[in-house]
Amino acid sequence: MSRLGFLRAGLVAVGIAFAGLGYAIDTERDFADPVLQARYEGITKELRCLVCQNETIADSNADLAIDLRREVHKMIADGKTDEEIKEFMLNRYGDFVLYKPRITGKTVILWGAPVLMLLFGVVAAGRFIRKRAEEADIPTETDQAGPEAGQS
Amino acid sequence: MWKFVVPFVLFIILGAFLWVGLNRDPSYVPSPLIGKPAPEFTLPSLQDPSYQVASKEMMGKTWILNVWGTWCGGCREEHPTWVAIAQQGTVPIIGLNWRDDNASAQEWLRQLGNPYAAVATDHDGRTAIDWGVYGAPETFLIGPDGKIIYKHIAPMTFDVWAKEFLPRIQAAQAGQGAQS
Repeated sequence: MSRLGFLRAGLVAVGIAFAGLGYAIDTERDFADPVLQARYEGITKELRCLVCQNETIADSNADLAIDLRREVHKMIADGKTDEEIKEFMLNRYGDFVLYKPRITGKTVILWGAPVLMLLFGVVAAGRFIRKRAEEADIPTETDQAGPEAGQS
Repeated sequence: MWKFVVPFVLFIILGAFLWVGLNRDPSYVPSPLIGKPAPEFTLPSLQDPSYQVASKEMMGKTWILNVWGTWCGGCREEHPTWVAIAQQGTVPIIGLNWRDDNASAQEWLRQLGNPYAAVATDHDGRTAIDWGVYGAPETFLIGPDGKIIYKHIAPMTFDVWAKEFLPRIQAAQAGQGAQS
């Protein structure tokens, strides 16, 4: 194994050693049923922790996140659907609690703006390119005409 | 002509958005509960856990729910303000002691004064979730019809009390007077 190979192997080993840290936050609850566990993990990753706004409640150590994970766990165990759980959170914390907000009257600008901006960009770019093409046509004609005129 | 006007107008619009964005508090999350019936709770009292503090008993009154905990720095900051407001006796102030232990909370009230008509203890934070609480101190104003009129997320100040709370309290109480 070359020195570079050792270095790579070392980095991989370090990476594996730290990989567990990413899962260390939520250790208190587990479902025996892998389907329920997957739902639990899915929902807690979609909910924003409002104390630490750039973390999901799955990733956060804040007390509120712990409480909300407990509630999600309880609701899944009680047989609530994903929609009912999201509704529960929305009724209390508003659209901001979902990392992927629903499309409503209030959030339509949020969802629509990127599309509008893309359309605007396409139209603007299209007009710009066409104009450049038209302008570019004229000089080539004059360029050709120029030397010819000069030659004759 | 348009070559200059269009980018300029776009620049002004973008600038306006960014300017407004600069002056907004990103940690403020508007509550969807405003105008909706206040979530009910029945919780053991801080002073005497055998006694239950029930939100239903406040029906017909204009009242304040103040969410606090001894672990919360902003709560210590606002506490003298509450003591002073309580002395004016405008509306009853109910405390919601959030994720705290009774001994430290009782000690806190002994040392700093007790502005609360009653304090409900929410040890597991379940009631706080129902009220959409995400960071103490938070203060709710509830009307005589049991609906939430207003929510303040930050330490209470005399300025906020005079500007945001007193006019709404007066309006709520006047409405109640007209009905009865």
